[in-house]
Amino acid sequence: MSKRIDIKNLDIYYGKFHAVKNVSMAIPARAVTAFIGSSGCGKSTVLRTLNRMHEVIPGAYCTGEVNLDGTNLYGKGVDAVAVRRMVGMVFQRPNPFPTMSIKENVLAGMKLNSKRISASRQDEIVEKALSGANLWNEVKDRLDKPGSGLSGGQQQRLCIARAIAVEPDVLLMDEPCSALDPISTLAIEDLIHELKEKFTVVIVTHNMQQAQRVSDQTAFFNLKAVGEPGELIEVGETEQIFTSPEHEDTERYITGQFG
Amino acid sequence: MTTRYSEKSPETGAESRQSGDEATRKALVSGQLPSFTPIATLVVSIVVVAGVLALFGSFGIAMTLVLGFVTFLVVMRVLSHVVEGSRRAADRTARYVVTGAFVLALLPLLSLLWTVTSKGVQRFDGEFFSSSMFAIVGEGGGAVHAIWGTLIITGITTLIAVPIGIFSSIFLVEYSNETPLLRKTASVLRFFVDVMTGIPSIVAGLFAYTLFSFIFGAGYKSGLAGAVALAVLMIPVVVRSTEEMLRLVPNELREASYALGVPKWKTIVKVVLPTSVAGIVTGVILAIARVIGETAPLLMTAGLYTGMNTNALQGQMTTLPVFAYYQYVTPGIPQEPYYARAFASALTLIIIVMALNAIGRYVAYKFAPKTGR
Repeated sequence: MSKRIDIKNLDIYYGKFHAVKNVSMAIPARAVTAFIGSSGCGKSTVLRTLNRMHEVIPGAYCTGEVNLDGTNLYGKGVDAVAVRRMVGMVFQRPNPFPTMSIKENVLAGMKLNSKRISASRQDEIVEKALSGANLWNEVKDRLDKPGSGLSGGQQQRLCIARAIAVEPDVLLMDEPCSALDPISTLAIEDLIHELKEKFTVVIVTHNMQQAQRVSDQTAFFNLKAVGEPGELIEVGETEQIFTSPEHEDTERYITGQFG
Repeated sequence: MTTRYSEKSPETGAESRQSGDEATRKALVSGQLPSFTPIATLVVSIVVVAGVLALFGSFGIAMTLVLGFVTFLVVMRVLSHVVEGSRRAADRTARYVVTGAFVLALLPLLSLLWTVTSKGVQRFDGEFFSSSMFAIVGEGGGAVHAIWGTLIITGITTLIAVPIGIFSSIFLVEYSNETPLLRKTASVLRFFVDVMTGIPSIVAGLFAYTLFSFIFGAGYKSGLAGAVALAVLMIPVVVRSTEEMLRLVPNELREASYALGVPKWKTIVKVVLPTSVAGIVTGVILAIARVIGETAPLLMTAGLYTGMNTNALQGQMTTLPVFAYYQYVTPGIPQEPYYARAFASALTLIIIVMALNAIGRYVAYKFAPKTGR
């Protein structure tokens, strides 16, 4: 079920703006990879190229290869829709569908793709996904209420439940905990630990403790200067990055001397 | 305890990496038709259909295009299904149907532009823009009086309708939710504004005619009366479009401004309006375009005069639509110069509306919130 990703010479652009320069790295299967780095250095941009969400922005494109189990996602004849069915995503800001109930939101990935599921199976999926996102106990009595009526943190956990309900092979998380309280954050981190036994997880985070707690591998991105494209400075085992980084910038960043 | 994700299904560790890679490739990659396929198929379909119809002796352009397009849809569906898979075949069909509908919607417009341009260009000359119809029978003459009439009346209409319309929508969006009574008032107002957008223009003409007759005596006609009639038509359109645009401004922006200690009126003027200015300008331009072509209410209120009159308060005034209408409906002998003048005025009117649109778009672009890097 889980899939590995190999990025080769990836250059990412927004129109004429060169956002990220020459990224090459491997994201192993059944592991958590964390992207860290200061704001605006291209972490989220790289993340979005992993399921072809980058090209949704008008004028945005990229060059190079992103290989999912050896298949280049940007190769000829690759269907972006099929890619996104395999590689799920959780966004930084909660975005539950306002017209749907909590239950419908969780099932959206299946329902919108008109898969037929029996009522009992639906309940099973909803409970499993919401429990996984540590939301079940809070919403189990009001599954038919609109998802937009939840608090910000609850909405975010609903979005995570929605993403994992379809059981993607790879799950991309763009700062998923930045709007959550510590208890929910802990629940999400527990969930990530569970997920990685079956799925490949890539997480962008500004919280270095979080990166240390959840990830097996860490990649550090940085900007040379304002206006320059972001670059991948260093990638390696999380323990190694946080104890003996090879690059001076990485050390300064993780020790809080800048950024 | 519910199932955990780690225990989701029995481990399939025996599955080799090789076969996993192959499965991924199969799921992600499908064949792809070369990019020239749709165009080539479309051309071939139309040619083949034309040939077949000609064989049966029932060739017709419309018939050929419609049947050719249907054939194209079917062929592309089959080709794409075989090469690219069923989902992309369905995607292609939907894409082409939507594009086809767009082209179909464009055809009458292009045809109209062609008709007006080809017939109007004949009298689109210096004399047309320099002389009025004062004391002219038959050939010659021009529409300078009607052009001025259109600009003056539409200008006054805009001056009346835009402030009233924008202020009303600011009331509806920003101030009407403060007390229950205001909320009630607003919903009633909104209902009547909706009704007003649908009233026939002749009713607006009658209203303005009655109003001005009541004040200045029966039979009073002037540019101002015409402008008031048009304003009655224009205000509800401006209110509705502006209201929708103001509603699109996220509440977070208002809150951000309030949190800085900015008063409400300044928040509206400096934050809400600039954020939505592009939409508001577009709405105003569309509203102007709606009233600039009105004929019936102006016949009643602004009247008809063959000479130049730039005084909106006194004397009758002709606008381009009224002028075109009269030239076409009551031609003299010979008829051709009258028809030619009618089409030239129609062309002028289209050009004025296009120019307004261009200006509006430029203004909207200049003031719109800047995005991108």
